[in-house]
Amino acid sequence: MPAVFFYIFATIMIASACVVIMARNPVHSVLFLILAFCNGAGLFLLSGAEFLALILIVVYVGAVAVLFLFVVMMLDVDFAELKQGFAEYLPLGVGVGLVVFAELGMVALGWQTSPLAASAAASPIPDNMSNTAALGQILYTKYAVFFEASAMVLLTAMIGAIVLTLHHRPNVKRQSIEEQNSRNAKNVVEIKKVPFRTGV
Amino acid sequence: MVLLTELFQHFLPETILSVGVFVLLIIGAWRGERGFGLVDEMTVGLLGLAILSIVLSTKPDMAMLNGAFMDDGFSRFMKVLALIGAMASVIMSVDYLQRTGLEKFEYPLLIILSTLGMMLLISADNLISLYLGLELMSLALYVLAAFAREDGYASEAGLKYFVLGALSSGMMLYGSSLLYGFAGTVSFSGIAQAVAGSTSLGVVFGLVFLLAGLAFKMSAAPFHMWTPDVYQGAPTPVTAFFASAAKMAAVAITARVVMTAFPGATQQWRQIIVFLAIASTLLGSFAAIGQTNIKRLMAYSSIGHMGFALIGLAAANESGLRGVALYLAVYLVMTLGSFAAILSMRVDGKAVEDISDLAGLSRTNGLMAFFLAMLMFSLAGIPPLAGFFAKYYVLLAAVDAGLYPLAIIGVLASAVAAFYYLRVVKVMYFDDPAPEFDAAPFALRAILAISTIALLVFWVYPTPVMDAASAAAKSLL
Repeated sequence: MPAVFFYIFATIMIASACVVIMARNPVHSVLFLILAFCNGAGLFLLSGAEFLALILIVVYVGAVAVLFLFVVMMLDVDFAELKQGFAEYLPLGVGVGLVVFAELGMVALGWQTSPLAASAAASPIPDNMSNTAALGQILYTKYAVFFEASAMVLLTAMIGAIVLTLHHRPNVKRQSIEEQNSRNAKNVVEIKKVPFRTGV
Repeated sequence: MVLLTELFQHFLPETILSVGVFVLLIIGAWRGERGFGLVDEMTVGLLGLAILSIVLSTKPDMAMLNGAFMDDGFSRFMKVLALIGAMASVIMSVDYLQRTGLEKFEYPLLIILSTLGMMLLISADNLISLYLGLELMSLALYVLAAFAREDGYASEAGLKYFVLGALSSGMMLYGSSLLYGFAGTVSFSGIAQAVAGSTSLGVVFGLVFLLAGLAFKMSAAPFHMWTPDVYQGAPTPVTAFFASAAKMAAVAITARVVMTAFPGATQQWRQIIVFLAIASTLLGSFAAIGQTNIKRLMAYSSIGHMGFALIGLAAANESGLRGVALYLAVYLVMTLGSFAAILSMRVDGKAVEDISDLAGLSRTNGLMAFFLAMLMFSLAGIPPLAGFFAKYYVLLAAVDAGLYPLAIIGVLASAVAAFYYLRVVKVMYFDDPAPEFDAAPFALRAILAISTIALLVFWVYPTPVMDAASAAAKSLL
């Protein structure tokens, strides 16, 4: 039964990945990307990694893909223009793709695993512990430095985004609450006598 | 179980940089746009402190955190080189950034973060730490390349580097997944054990992808296409950082991966390294001939020099590794000196970048012409300058390992490359003078002078660098 589900998820995933790059409408591409992510989550569930499956849904589908959708809808990108050179480069692309595909096929068909691999990869989890708890226990102990190095990567991304996009424009009108609060009728209201039938 | 204090002693330089970056970030954010000068000076101090903490360290070699990182002689040597490159780039950048209106405190911060990534990368001992170090280094480099965001060329450089860098990361991760699938472990020693028994096609494939990703970072041909455009487009001090520190880390991790994770597959990876070395030395010498922009020239020159460093690596023995370590040290000094000269090329306050702008420099600024000529002779590998000895040791190692064709191609390529280095000397000494350069700031003159003198002194007194390089090579085997 898991094998059947594996093939269902895998087939839909590959098919929707193909649609992502072939769809004419970019919004459809993003929607199919979401479908691909959901099937990927299904594959994770099948292999017993429920935490990764849920993270995939929450982070990729919930945040990244929605952000994608916003960007695609808000930016006026001319996708027809982007695809202009498509036919021109198609033969070369297909040629390179076929070579790589054939080589990967050779690797997949003649795949061997080191005899030591099974013992090296084994990481038995005690029966009374869930997958997520086990992950949490090593993430903050054994892999704490990796966790902190990832934090540095994110810090770099944050600084980088600010450096590249923050503009200090001098002539922008900003709200100054102090100034607003200190206004009073005496110095902002001006009373003028307007003569009858003429403007100010 | 290793005590936390002991761990911190081995991680001292990394700790200094990561704590320092937060302190400087707060200072910079507090002082706003006026913070650049202070943050910049403190960055130089911080990098200097990290160098001292490595040089003065007397700790024995140790694998840290279940074999995630390795603190050994090789990593200490390479870390010092990367830190020197970063420090010199920061010192050289002050004048340039102030003149171009780029004096933002984030610049030194990004250099520190990138250097931190390099140090993690240099001492990485499994595939996860390798990838994290590489990404930390590269992400900061992408931003630095596009730092002059108003400049179209710089934005193009940043975008090109980012897109191609992401592609190379993808290839590297794919290779890593194949290796993990074969060995069942991400640690280099574990992979070495698994590979020692048998090398299947899958392992070779994973190795090729992994090395392709690393070759991209060190800009070895045929993964060099981004180099000339990025070097030309990025702000010049950033280019100096790319050409010096980043190369140290990329070559160091390549040497560590092939020597510690694949000693059982030497025949397989040697083919790849030999191909990269031949392609890089040839491309570096022939493609540079037609260049008129000196930053592009340096880009091709750096591709050629990476080829030479890989010739030493292809020998796969102790003398080869010593050659690699020595080559990188000499290359670092030559590159920093050349970029100090390039940054001094200013006419009426405007930076100029063409080789023809150097015409007749011997008559307008004799001292700078002499220093630059010495650097060019050294880059070309003309005795008795240090560049000659660096080439000599890698070629000697290749001959000892029986790689005669590789050594012969290396010698021929360096003869071709000598043409364009000597052309720069010819332009400086025999052409009619171009407009005189403005007086260069003290920092640039000092770096130019120190690097040239270091290259000359190496001939007389090579012992300290040679000893350090030998110790570094020994620790990796």
